[in-house]
This record gives sequence, C-alpha cells and structure tokens, in this order.
Amino acid sequence: MAAHIAEKKGTFLEEVIEATPGGERLVHCLQCGSCGGSCPSGADMQYTPRTLIAMINANDRDAVLAANTMWACVSCYFCTSRCPQDIPITDIIYTLKRLSIAEKRYRDTDAPALAKTFTDFVDRYGRSFEFGLATGYHLLKRPISMMKMGPMGLQMFTRGRMALRPTKIRQIEQLQAIINKAKELSGSK
Amino acid sequence: MKFAYYPGCSLERNAAAYDHSVREVSDLLGIKLQEIDDWNCCGATEYFSQNELAACAVIARNLALVEPQTDQIVAPCAACYLNLAKTDKLMVDHPEFGKEVNQCLAAGGLKYEPGRVTVRHMLDVIVDDVGETAVRDKVVRPLAGLRVAPYYGCQVVRPIDNNDNPEYPMKMDHLLSWLGAEVVDYPVKAHCCGGHLTQISEPQAFELIRRLLQNAQDYNTDMIICMCPMCQLNLDGYQSRVNGFFGTEFKLPIMYFTQMLGIAFGIDPQKLGFGKELVTAMPVLEAKLGGQLV
Repeated sequence: MAAHIAEKKGTFLEEVIEATPGGERLVHCLQCGSCGGSCPSGADMQYTPRTLIAMINANDRDAVLAANTMWACVSCYFCTSRCPQDIPITDIIYTLKRLSIAEKRYRDTDAPALAKTFTDFVDRYGRSFEFGLATGYHLLKRPISMMKMGPMGLQMFTRGRMALRPTKIRQIEQLQAIINKAKELSGSK
Repeated sequence: MKFAYYPGCSLERNAAAYDHSVREVSDLLGIKLQEIDDWNCCGATEYFSQNELAACAVIARNLALVEPQTDQIVAPCAACYLNLAKTDKLMVDHPEFGKEVNQCLAAGGLKYEPGRVTVRHMLDVIVDDVGETAVRDKVVRPLAGLRVAPYYGCQVVRPIDNNDNPEYPMKMDHLLSWLGAEVVDYPVKAHCCGGHLTQISEPQAFELIRRLLQNAQDYNTDMIICMCPMCQLNLDGYQSRVNGFFGTEFKLPIMYFTQMLGIAFGIDPQKLGFGKELVTAMPVLEAKLGGQLV
C-alpha cells in the first residue's frame, strides 16, 4: 500500500490521504457506488461520493473543492458503514470541507457561515448558543427564512426550550488555550 | 452502576425534556450519573468542518475531565456520543494524532490517556447494562395499546459499533416492547432527519423529514420515539413548517425514549418534560393509556 501511495507523491490524492486519519483506504476504492446509492442527499449532489473519489484520483482538485457534494452531506455515515473497502468516506468529506473552507472554494452555500458562527460561540463561551446562532447566522444569511422561523422560535421560547443568553463555562481560558494551541499546531487561525 | 454524565448543550435547553427524563429514569434504575464539572460543547458537526485537531482537542477536554475513579461516560445526545467516541478512537488508532491532541490539552494543563474512558450512549446503558428484567420490574403503567415507531437516526448506530445493527437496529424496539408498547416495525428507523440542513437547505431537509413522518403515519403510528435532540428538533420543531411546505397534515408527537420509560415507571409527566414538545403528546397518550396521567 505504501508503494501505491508513494506513486501519488504531490497529488491531490496524497493530500487528502495525509489530511484524513485512515484516509489511506482511499486507494482501495472499487468504484462500486455503494456510497452514492446509500446517500440520502445523493440526488442533490453534483457529484456523488463515488464520483468525487474518482475525481480525487484524477487529480481534479479545483472541481472537487468547488463541488456542492460536501455541503449536501448530512453526516449520516451510511456510506462509511456500507463501504466494502472500509473507506472512511464521511471523514474524507470532512477533509474536503476543511480544504474548501480554508481556501474559500465553496460556492452557493451558507454551510461555512453556519459552521463559523457555531464554532465562534464555542470558542467564546465553551457552549453552543442556539438563539445566537439563529439571530446571528439567520439574520445575516437568510432574513426571509428567519421570519418564517418566528412562530416556531416563539413556541420554543415559551416552552422554555430557548435561552436568550449563552452559558459560559468557568474555565473558558483553559478551553481557549487548548483551542489556540490546536490552531497553532494545525497552522490555521 | 456509576457513570460520568455528559449532557451536552442541547440538553440544557432545547432538549431539557431529554435531560430531565434521563435523570429521573436513571435515579429509579440505580444508574448513578455524575455530571462532568464544567464540561464544554462537543462542537457538533461544525468544528470538524473547520479544524480537525481543534475539534478533537475541544472534545478531548471533556474526556480529560472525567474523574480518575470513573472509566465510563454516558451521553444522551447522538452527536455528543459520536464525537466523544470518535475522538477517543482516533487517538487510540492514530497515536501520533493522539499525541498532538494531548499537546493541545497540555496547553490547558490537562492530559487524556487514549482508551481510558469508554463512551456509552444512554440507550445502550439501559438495554445492555440494566437489562430486560430490571426494566420490566419497574413498569407500573404499561404502555399497552400505544403504537410507537422507534427512531434511531444515524450517529449512535453508525459508524461506531454499539453492538446493534447499523442498518436496522433493534435495541429501542426491544426496550419499548418491555414497556408494553405496540412497537411498529419502522422501515426508516435509521434514516437521516436532515441534521443541520434545516439551517442550510430547507427543501432538502424538509424532504428527509417528510419521509420519516409519512412512513410513520402509513404505519398508523401514535408517536415517534427518538434518542437524539437534533432528530427531535427537526421532526417536532419543524413539523408545522414541513406541513406548510408540502400541504400535509402530520400531527405526530416526537418523544424521547427516556420520557416513555418514565411514563411506564409511573413518574409524573411534568418531571419528564412533557409539554415541551411542540406537537403535543398528552391527548394521544391519555386516550390510549386510559385516563389522566398526572
């Protein structure tokens, strides 16, 4: 297997493998299509996971990172669970999301904005914050849908299911030190 | 039976009914839950989309905070469960990566030995550890006549092996039958609720939700029983939006399995968080079980 990967030196395939724990299984893809056939979002994808893996193999980096496939993924793990070659497909999709976000290659999706808003709350408070997510992300990205959400939001609130303020953990500095170290080691901000 | 307890952010508010019912039922079944002091968010799926090392370091802080005399942690939320279990597994399977995670933890004065803590889901603890006899012993109000569809969702049954079938799990089916309920053989029980797509692409998410509701209705289900806050929010919170979108008239209560355990054990529904659901459950529950439950 090592020799097989060595032939891929400097390719996109190698890059994806390096960035994904267990990613070396990628070279064993049979193109059987179990992944795409199992995917609840398959019909909404430009390229199903099977096609995307073929494109990775073909070194078609730009097209892969601009694909909508990653943003239609719901992390249901059917593809991973059913892959006869034990390829961690969902984790590879996560790797592609990270590369696409880092290089701002994504198109026509608010998923990166949602992810950013969500993790900013975690970085700041140590807990997620649904009301902040709703007001921050939705007001910015989808004001019309926000209005449709109104009645639901009110119902959630009256049933005590939505807090207006975030909870902050006590040792937030400790968590932030951990996060900063991770960002430093992984070379991202 | 003693466990470190990781409620997760959803259980603080949105899924408070899950938290309340988990605590009530655990008390009755002799499961001791020690909440991890000052736990932090697991990052859901969002942190993994941005920075894997940071995602795992954030999650590993919780594993590191588990007291040394405790070696099992239980999480009721599917995403929290998977994130904790996945991080531990990544650290065990890839020691170099594990070292990097520990380098991050060290910046906060913490350390986690990969594999030290076993991550469990609440359903597994009740079905596998407590078991049928002990559960049946506590039933004072059998759920006879109530048709329930057990809905597992994704992240507890896949990709980590939890000793159930990842395609067609059965644990919750068994548990609900021990309570006397009529358990619907629900074909889509391990299909996806749309996850965070309700926030990103409503048409795509609503179609996934519609299929789950339609299928349950086709089987004359009284209520869907779930084990994940995201599933509950999507199926319950968005049900009226889904009805508006498709012109359907679904009216299916979506309850947590621990709430149903509590009802069967005779616990006051208020203490189990009944009434927090948007599609109300009490009318059908009282009609089927006969009379007032309070």
